[in-house]
Parts: sequence; structure tokens; C-alpha cells
Amino acid sequence: MKSGVKFTNIFKKQIFIPLAAIILLALINLIVDPSFFKIKLSDNMDGFKVLSGHLITILDSGSELAILAIGMTLVTAASGGQDISVGATMAIAGSVVVRMIGLTYGAEDNNIMEYAMPLIIAFLIAVVVSMLFGAFNGALVSFFKIQPMVATLILFTAGRSIARWINLGKNVVVSNPSFKYAGVFLPGVPVATPIIITIVCIIIIMLVLKFTNLGLYTQTVGINERSARLNGLNPKMIKMLAFIILGICVAVAAMIQVSRYQTINYSSFGKDIEMDAILAVALGGNALSGGKFSMMSSILGAYAYQFLTTTLLTFNAPPDALPAYKAGVVILLVVFSAPTVRDKISKLFKQLKNNKKSGEAKEVA
Amino acid sequence: MTENTVLEMRGICKEFPGVKALQGVDFTLNKGEIHALMGENGAGKSTLIKVLTGVYEKDGGDIFISGKDKPIMIKSPQDAQNNGISTVYQEITLCPNLSVAENMYIGRGNNVIQNWKKMNAAANKILQDLDIPAKATQQLGSCSIAVQQMVAIARAVDMDCKVLILDEPTSSLDEQEVEKLFVLMRDLKKKGVGIIFVTHFLEQVYEVCDKITVLRDGKLVGAYDIEELPRVQLVSKMLGKEMDDLSDVVRGYVPNVDTELTPIVFEAKDLVSNAGISPFDFVIRKGEVNGFTGLLGSGRSECVRAIFGADRVLGGTVMKDEKPAKIRKPIDAMKLKMAYLPEDRKMDGIIADLSVRENIIIALQVLKGFFRPFSKAEQEKFADEYIKLLEIKTASRETPIKALSGGNQQKVILARWLLTNPDYLILDEPTRGIDIGTKVEIQRLVVKLASKGMAVTFISSETDEMLRTCSRLIVMRDRKVVGELKGEDLTQNKVMSTIAGGDK
Repeated sequence: MKSGVKFTNIFKKQIFIPLAAIILLALINLIVDPSFFKIKLSDNMDGFKVLSGHLITILDSGSELAILAIGMTLVTAASGGQDISVGATMAIAGSVVVRMIGLTYGAEDNNIMEYAMPLIIAFLIAVVVSMLFGAFNGALVSFFKIQPMVATLILFTAGRSIARWINLGKNVVVSNPSFKYAGVFLPGVPVATPIIITIVCIIIIMLVLKFTNLGLYTQTVGINERSARLNGLNPKMIKMLAFIILGICVAVAAMIQVSRYQTINYSSFGKDIEMDAILAVALGGNALSGGKFSMMSSILGAYAYQFLTTTLLTFNAPPDALPAYKAGVVILLVVFSAPTVRDKISKLFKQLKNNKKSGEAKEVA
Repeated sequence: MTENTVLEMRGICKEFPGVKALQGVDFTLNKGEIHALMGENGAGKSTLIKVLTGVYEKDGGDIFISGKDKPIMIKSPQDAQNNGISTVYQEITLCPNLSVAENMYIGRGNNVIQNWKKMNAAANKILQDLDIPAKATQQLGSCSIAVQQMVAIARAVDMDCKVLILDEPTSSLDEQEVEKLFVLMRDLKKKGVGIIFVTHFLEQVYEVCDKITVLRDGKLVGAYDIEELPRVQLVSKMLGKEMDDLSDVVRGYVPNVDTELTPIVFEAKDLVSNAGISPFDFVIRKGEVNGFTGLLGSGRSECVRAIFGADRVLGGTVMKDEKPAKIRKPIDAMKLKMAYLPEDRKMDGIIADLSVRENIIIALQVLKGFFRPFSKAEQEKFADEYIKLLEIKTASRETPIKALSGGNQQKVILARWLLTNPDYLILDEPTRGIDIGTKVEIQRLVVKLASKGMAVTFISSETDEMLRTCSRLIVMRDRKVVGELKGEDLTQNKVMSTIAGGDK
């Protein structure tokens, strides 16, 4: 009886939607081809053993999205809007990394072998730059009260030009082998580095949410800004903070991606990833109008989305048709995550249970 | 159903998870009758209204309406409207940026092409008939709240309604506006409309109603003719216990603060904010309860907002505990152990989606700091303590505050500020829109806090409530402080004449 009650209540839990999506996709794969779940330990190109398999691919290639979902969740919660400049800012951050380690490259020299500065310093500079752009977006939203989508439209449009300018308009290739560490493998480590970085990011945000009031304050500001102020909060600063945190996430995601490809193409780098990140937040059942949020649901939402992409790819869906397939599935997910639909389902289950009970009662009689 | 009955509800039941909101409630409304629906918060008034208007689906019972032999099914507000049941809610639900006529005709009929001339003419005719001081082409937002309310009623009436529900229509109106509304209500009564009037103001019930139905804890207590039920009995029926005269409950606390020896808690000189009030001086001593009084819009709220730093302070000096202080933002005031319960509970008070627990701890948590969150156990302790202390009725401490009734929401906000342990508490309309029982509780609490040494500034639109609790009244008119009353001057007449401007 008790467990039955819990069972019907789970439909109302926010985390149910991304979780259900993942389970559903897993089931489909299980039926179609159980080998989907096989994880192998095999040699890679650099001659050490690494884990591989579809599940690993999902975790690996979902990394950028999961990290961006963290920041996007906070921005959504605090400002009630979304940052659509994420992809463009990623291109900027990636360009900064490449430019910093290749400060000296000349006109013909499109290949970086020696670093001009340690990679970690270049990365930290990219983080700072990315935070500044976040602060720029945040300032437009909180101090000038521009709608987030409109405010971030500025960088969405201008960002890739800035990235091009940083990189002098070249497609530079970084061939120093250590550049791959962040996006592929660390020597001797069997788990892809992006997975490790993402886990670290998730742990950090969970600790931050636990040991600071970030969650409470962001939600308070997102739900009722006027009341937040009367309770001593500074809503402007909190919105700024959310955008700045998203900036950090953008820099980390950019580092992973630039390392993956070992090059940066400012026009395609991180293209459309902002929409995927927003979708991840929505798939996590978070209201895009802000307020209450669940960080874990957003992150699971990101992986659910990646799971879908990988599944479609293993079914040999033509890459061009991929977006259409995805859209179909997303529509289903979003409909099911709508509170009214979930309420209905929950009611339906209750009714079924009641019917069963009355049926049993009749039998007894 | 008799000839004269326009609406009959029989054995209405409605259940929410964990709460039986309505248990077999009967309600009968006659033609041309103004019928008060009374009860404390949580008694089931709102639920009954929402069942009738199709916001909630009832779990049991029948609804009959004149002209139909079979019980009618109301599944949506649209159904209610089609059956001639119209509602005007406490909050204006019209669009302030459209014109009066547009507001009256929006969403009605299916004509794609609108004849504006005809519509405006028709609207003007209704406005004239009902003696509403508005023009059809005027933007609704430019009308006073009372007129907006009347436009909402005009819209309802024009939709050929048999039953008009007025849910707390007077809570944001001043006395003259209320009077105008009553004229309109009596007018409609003559035209045979049955009116259900939900309000917390006892005076108004006795002024305008013919019958009273009392609910308590989701059950029907009874339906009475107005002459049969004196005030004291009505209150005791609502509360479910015999009451001493309400006013005796709190009267009698005369704080010993007139002496110059009592330390000053807060003092302001020439304080002025950007909300358009004239600079004012203000003093409050330890253990004192004082209040700002005046008509709606006279600037009483703006004064306390300036004190707390809620509006932008433009000038003046402020002393807290006889030391100079700077209050620019609410947080500055909070750090000086001040607390402010805002007038607009919905917009400025509650954080709707957050739980009761989070709503209680938020202010103290902000004071404690970003990097020092209370543990879950501490938060739960605080929440439980105040839920018990203030007798907050909530399913659990994790219930979102928006699910609570108005009075209980107000108690949560009060708990929030008491938890910060202030020595100066500002309460702006803490009793608006809440039931008598809670009102008395809050008044009692104010007096109790003051007797323990807290300074309290109390604002209420009900003068007798202020006379009961305050030992000094600052009277405001047209955004200026025009007088101060204390001791023997604290009488209804004196307050009225000061508000009105001298003894004219």
C-alpha cells in the first residue's frame, strides 16, 4: 500500500521525466540490440587500454552539454530567461585558449607545436574572459532590465566575429600531443577525460548548492524579485552571479571541445549547443520561466538528450535527418513533462488502483 | 426548488489530498437577494465559490439553477458563465491596458469583425445605466480600483447573469468607494440578480446583506436572516466558540512609554523617499505600538517603506538606538534589527513556489550570509517552532506557501520576521483579507511583543483595529503627516476629523 502511494507520486517528481526518458531509451536499445550496453577495454591509438562502448560514448560526448546545463539552469532560474550566446561565447573561449598558447604564430604558420605559455594558464585566461562575457550578459539583464534572450542575442550575433578576430581569422591546428588530454584521454587513464571533468563539475556544483545559499537565493529571486529585495537580497547581483557561473561552465566546455578537435573553427565551434542546453534544462522538467529548479534533473536531461542522439546514430539514422527524429522525441518528452499531463497520468494510475481494489472487494463479497 | 430560488447547491463535497474542504454543504440563493458567505480562512468559502464557478470539480452533490430541472454540471468557468453564474474576484482580472469597453466585451461572442462604434455605444449605455463613472474608450488602468471593480461587475451583469459572485470586492477600496459599490449592488438586487457576497468586513455584511450563510471547517453551520443574527453571534458561529466582545481581548494594554526616560528605538528627521511623500519626522520608543493612519493612498505605506529602505531614500537623517545610521536598502535595516511586513502580501511578501519552511527562514538566512546556510535540521526546527507558535495551518512544513490560505500565508511572513528577532517591527496591513480569528490573534501578538519591549509600527485600514492596538497614531493626508493623536484623543471621531482635515 505504502509503496503504491509512492509509485503514483513518482510521476509528480521532477526527476521522473529525464529518468523515464533514459530508461525508455535503454529499454528500446535492449530490445533492438543488447550489445549496445557492452563495455570493452581495448587498446587505443596511443597504445594504452581504455574503456569503450556506446554507454561510454554517451557519457563522453554528453559532457559539454551536461556542464552547460549546470550554468543554464541557474540562469534560467534566476532570470526567467535563457542565454542564447553560449555557443558563440564557447567559440570565443576556445579561440582564447588557442591564441594564448600560440601567441607567436605568424602569417603562414597554422600549426602550433610548442606552447607559448602553459596550457593551464591559457585555460584560466579563457575562464576569465568567459566570465567577463557572462558578466556583460548579466549586466544587461539585471541593470538594464533587458530580456535575457534579447540581451544575449548581442553576443549570439557578434561572438563568432570576436572569435575570428582573436584567432586572426585562421584555422589553427594544435599538434602538441598534450593538447588532447582534456578532450580525449590522459595517458594511462582508461576513462575519457571529459567524463572525469564533468563528474568533477557536478560534484563542485552539488557541494556549492549544499554549502552555500546559491540555490535558495536564485530560486527566491526567480520566483519573486520584489520580495527577495525586501528580504535583504540583492536580486541584481544574484542574476549577475548566475550569468558569471554560466561563463565558467562555457569556458570548461570550450576547453573540452577544442581539445577534442585540436583545432578551432570559429563558425562551427559549439554551434547550436545553446539550444541543446536549454532543451536539457526543459527536459529536466524545469520551468523555463524561472523559479524553482532541480540541478540533477537538468544534468540528467542533458544525458537523456545525448542518449537519444547516440541511439539514433547506432540505428544508422542519416545525420541530416537526425534533427527531425530528435524533434519528434523531444515533443513527446515535453508533452509528458507538462504538469497537467503528469497530473492526469497520476490520476489515471490512482483510478486504476481503485478499480482494482473495488474489483478485489467484489470478489471477496 | 421554489419559484423564487435562483441557485441551489445540495450536499456539495470536495476533497483535496489530506483535507476535506467541503463536506455536504447546502447553499440556497434567492432572486434579488444579497447573500453573505461567511467563515474563517479555510472554512471552505473559496472552495465553494470555486466549485460553483467551475475552477474545481466537485466530488459530490448537486447544483440546481432556475430554469433547468436537472442538476447542472459545471466543469469550467465557461460552463458557469453559460449557466448565468458570473464572478468578480478580489484581484482585478481585467486587462488594465485595454479600454473599458474592450474589457467589457473581450472574449464574448464569436464575431471576428468588431464594430467598435457599436461596442463603445453599448458599453456607454451600460455604464450610464449602472451609474459607473467611466467612459467606454477610457483606458481601464487609468480608472481607480473601485471603478475597475465596477467595470468588472458591469461586464458580469451584461452577460445576462442570474448569479453574481463578489469575492472580497471591497478589500482594496476606501470607504466612499465601498459606498458606491453598495449602491450598484442594491441596484442589481432590484433587477433580480442574486448576489453572493464574500467578505471579511462584518460592518459591510450588516450594511448590505439580506441573508448570511456561515461555514466552518468545510461544513455548513447554518443560513440565517440578517435580523436574526447579531454580530457577536455571527462571530461566535464562525469561530465555533462563544466569544467575549472582541474588542476586550486586546484593549487595556497601555504601554508605559510616554516618559522621556524610555529609550528611543528609532528616530527619523525629514525622511523622504522617491515615492512622493513629503519629508516627515518620526520617533518610536521601546515597547511602544504606534501607527500611521489615513485614507488609502494617503502615504502611510510609503512612510514605513522609507523607514525600512524599501523605496529609495532621497534625504533625511535616521537614528537607530540613538546612534546615527544609514538605511539605503532593506538589508541595512535588517542588520539594525528592523523587520517589515509589506502591505502587498502576494507581490512583496510570499515567495509562492517555495515551501513554508523556506519562506520562514529566508530573512534570517540572508542575514546569516551566503556561505553559511542553516542545516536542514536547523531549518526544520525553526519552521516547526513557528508553525506551532503562530498556529499556522499547513499540511506540512514542505507545502508550498501558495497552497495556504491568506491568513496563514500572512502568519508565515510574520514568522519569517519574528525569527530574525527584531527590536523594531513594522506591520503594514497585516490583517487585510484575513479572517477575524487570525486578526485577533495578530493583534494580540502585537500587544504581547510590545509588552516584551519590542517597538511596533502598525498600519491598518480599519480604524478600530488601530485604536485597539496603538498608543499613538500618526495621521496622514495627501502624502503629508497632518497630526498625531494619543491618550484621550484616540477615538474614532477624532481620527476621522483629523483625516478629514480639522473639525469641519
